Amino acid sequence: MQLRSGVYADSVKLMQVSRRIGARDGVSAVLVAMATPLNLELAEGMGLAPDGGASPEQLLIAVRAEDDDALAAALADVDAALAERERSTGSADAIPHRTIGAGLDELAHDAPALAIVSVPGAYAAAEAADAIAAGRSVLVFSDGVPVEQEVALKRAAHEAGVLVMGPDCGTAIVSGVALGFANVVRPGPVGLVAASGTGAQQVSCLLDMAGVGVSHVLGVGGRDLSEAVGGLATLDALAALDTDPATERVLVVSKPPAPAVVAAVEEFAAGLSVPVRSATLSAETPDLTAAVEALLADLGRDVPEWPSRPGPAEQAAPGAVLKGLYSGGTLADEAMLLASPALGGIRSNTPLEPDLHLGTDLSASGHLVIDFGDDALTVGRAHPMIDPTLRLEAIAGVAASDEAAVLLLDVVLGYGADPDPAGALVPALQAARARKSLPVVVALIGTEGDPQAWSRQADALAAAGAAVFASNAAATRYALDLLGAST
Amino acid sequence: MSLGNLLSGPPAIVAAGVDVFSEALRAQGADVHDVDWRPPGFGDPADLAALALDARRAAANRTAVERLLAAGSVLVDVRPAREVIGLTDRVLLHSGPPLTWEAASGPMRGALVGACLFEGWAADVEEAEILLSTGAVALDPCHHHRTVGPMAGVTSPSMWMWCLEDPVTGGQAFCNLNEGLGKVLRMGAFNEEVQTRLRWMRDVLGPVLSTAVRGSIDAGNDPLDVKGVLAQMLQMGDEGHNRNRAGSLMALRELSPAIVASGAPSSDIADVLRFIGGNEHFFLNLGMPTAKLALDAARNVPGSTMLTVMSRNGTEFGIQTAGTGDRWFTGPANTPVGLFLGDFGPDDANPDIGDSAIMETYGVGGFAMAAAPAIVRFVGGTVPDALATTERMYQLTLTENPAMAIPIMGFRGSPTGIDVLKVARTGWLPQINTGMAGRIAGTGQVGAGLVQPPQQCFEQALAALAEEARTA
Repeated sequence: MQLRSGVYADSVKLMQVSRRIGARDGVSAVLVAMATPLNLELAEGMGLAPDGGASPEQLLIAVRAEDDDALAAALADVDAALAERERSTGSADAIPHRTIGAGLDELAHDAPALAIVSVPGAYAAAEAADAIAAGRSVLVFSDGVPVEQEVALKRAAHEAGVLVMGPDCGTAIVSGVALGFANVVRPGPVGLVAASGTGAQQVSCLLDMAGVGVSHVLGVGGRDLSEAVGGLATLDALAALDTDPATERVLVVSKPPAPAVVAAVEEFAAGLSVPVRSATLSAETPDLTAAVEALLADLGRDVPEWPSRPGPAEQAAPGAVLKGLYSGGTLADEAMLLASPALGGIRSNTPLEPDLHLGTDLSASGHLVIDFGDDALTVGRAHPMIDPTLRLEAIAGVAASDEAAVLLLDVVLGYGADPDPAGALVPALQAARARKSLPVVVALIGTEGDPQAWSRQADALAAAGAAVFASNAAATRYALDLLGAST
Repeated sequence: MSLGNLLSGPPAIVAAGVDVFSEALRAQGADVHDVDWRPPGFGDPADLAALALDARRAAANRTAVERLLAAGSVLVDVRPAREVIGLTDRVLLHSGPPLTWEAASGPMRGALVGACLFEGWAADVEEAEILLSTGAVALDPCHHHRTVGPMAGVTSPSMWMWCLEDPVTGGQAFCNLNEGLGKVLRMGAFNEEVQTRLRWMRDVLGPVLSTAVRGSIDAGNDPLDVKGVLAQMLQMGDEGHNRNRAGSLMALRELSPAIVASGAPSSDIADVLRFIGGNEHFFLNLGMPTAKLALDAARNVPGSTMLTVMSRNGTEFGIQTAGTGDRWFTGPANTPVGLFLGDFGPDDANPDIGDSAIMETYGVGGFAMAAAPAIVRFVGGTVPDALATTERMYQLTLTENPAMAIPIMGFRGSPTGIDVLKVARTGWLPQINTGMAGRIAGTGQVGAGLVQPPQQCFEQALAALAEEARTA
């Protein structure tokens, strides 16, 4: 029991000291506190009251211990604890932002900014809604977002004067910043509005090769031109590009859209000052390269000879079939649209007609085009542009089969893609061609500026015996030539 | 359509989700800010999306926040509960969501028994327990009467109430007078010492304060701006819930002239001034109804996901939201973690109790922890921990209250307007600073510390708000 004068510590500090001393072995009761009436009452309750004469300015140190040694040690520890000073151990800056809203809050309000959402689809709407509420556009890479949520987001975005790219939007370029799967494309006068990722990559790469380049590539998600969504983002993207000084021409790139929506988009586009051309895939307009060439004509530019590496020009064995193994969905569609008139129905996991659906048998006989990027084949694994495993297995399967075939592949370069796709593909092609006569045709989608460099990849693939084309349409036609089925 | 400047130059990127994107963007030299996104702490994904996409939500929350921020609080009167809220004999108010005697915890029972003795409804504890257990004395939450009460919050007809008014809406809120620390009714103590103090408060303190407050206003003085005192105390090391030292001294300073002028015997005046000056939490009972006024102003805004009440009765924690009116969402109250008086320990502490979490609901208390770093040491924390707590609460709230500036945060307004949706999405629960009552009736205060609400309250509120959004 001690009373000390001239010592003050605040009650929190003293409660901490009491707790520390109370935890010592051999100490049964402790109270270290200013000798206020309340604390004296507490001490009395513990049988540790001072004999009297205490005043509230004094520090009361009351300890009950088993023996003198424990008491002395406890009192020494009281002094040590009172003398200790806290040290800063961290900083408030370490608090992470948990939501897009919190992250956007930290940015300057007048500078351009974009949110990217790639969280599981069930949770994407809340993050995207944060961006809209903050007056920012958002790219939603997530798939599995219910279509009614997509519509609600795009309506809210329209009201707020911002754009929702996606959901399931894998490709965009905004003022030269490549987002997701996108290529290093020179800046230029053409703005793309794309409901198709690999379609946008094909078109933007060809424009780069033609020396033209793009202003922006605004992805809108594969469902935007469906009846349900009604082109909400496409219309907003067109309106934005119309006011963008860097954009002189616009190309709308899409898989087959809903007819009513096409009409609405065309009507809207007709009211804009910027000329709008469409590159929407259909049986009547099956060719993205042709759409690019038409745009070049609009611009008064010459159509270049699209880069290629001629293969060994070997003819396919009699009765050979087309085996198209794709990573890009739009490119697979384009190949089927171009080849079907010559080959008849092509079976696929993403067929042009429902009765051509492959089911789960990806090694069926006959003409096949498989889209390995389809959602059903990417569950639990990375996109085939990153992880080639499934497609390499399929190539080995074609080689092992008795069926004579021509192999048609796409290889997509750029940000987000495999840093060296030829590195994995070349040994697989060599092994396949060692087993049997197997002509290989590759649509190599990329630019010279891509991290993988178009010509370096093309040379490696050509050295493995593949014919390589920068245009998927050209590659498909070449494969048809080899099959003796050109149209 | 300019897309918010999007196309005017290379955009800064804020990314949530897989980080492969961000790496590719950094490789291009883009300005990338990664969000530490986690799956929400709770809630059905469809409910979260329904609320996130509710077209009413942004405007509704803006309305709720504007009302909260606009509300003022002035002290207009001190009157007995019987007169103020028409509290009749044989009715006691208590803190938190609705409660039965059977479910009441030790300190709540102690306070209820103490109030029956104080009112003279029972001659002894046994008699009081019979009245309470048979329903002869009815229980009702303070919150159902525009009233708040710290800890047990037990308010009986003869207790004097602070009467506060919001000059903006004319709304009113009430709270009884603070008894001080240690063995006090609100902490569940009810012995003769408690009864003596309650009688003195009834017979001396209440009348003196009443005369002083009315007299000052009648003399043409402005009523005491309680919100102004609350704002100032945040600049002086208080957070307005567990630390009210500066606020109590300022209230004493403001009230003293009128108390002295009340005409009461000088010995009574000396007792009153000594009592107020000796009670570090005297201001809490003025701060709480100030917060209550602001949150009541934000009630009944369809589509708003903002909390209007967080409150505990010692058994359950209850919340209400602006979008769901008077409906309670409850879960079992947690037990605070903190420091203990004397040789009390964690086993002596009762689960969380009191309406005082109205302070956090208002954006002070635990939310303004950075203003009062002393508080965080209750759980062995450091000054940076205090800053981090407030920093984290900004991600749970809809706005910053410019009237409640926190000096060390660069005078940033305190994080205000707790959003049920943000609580779910961050997985962070509100931080509450609180006193601790002994779990045995009659014990009184055993310590003080920090606590969080049970997640169940927020789960129920989220589901109810989503349901309401779907049918709206």
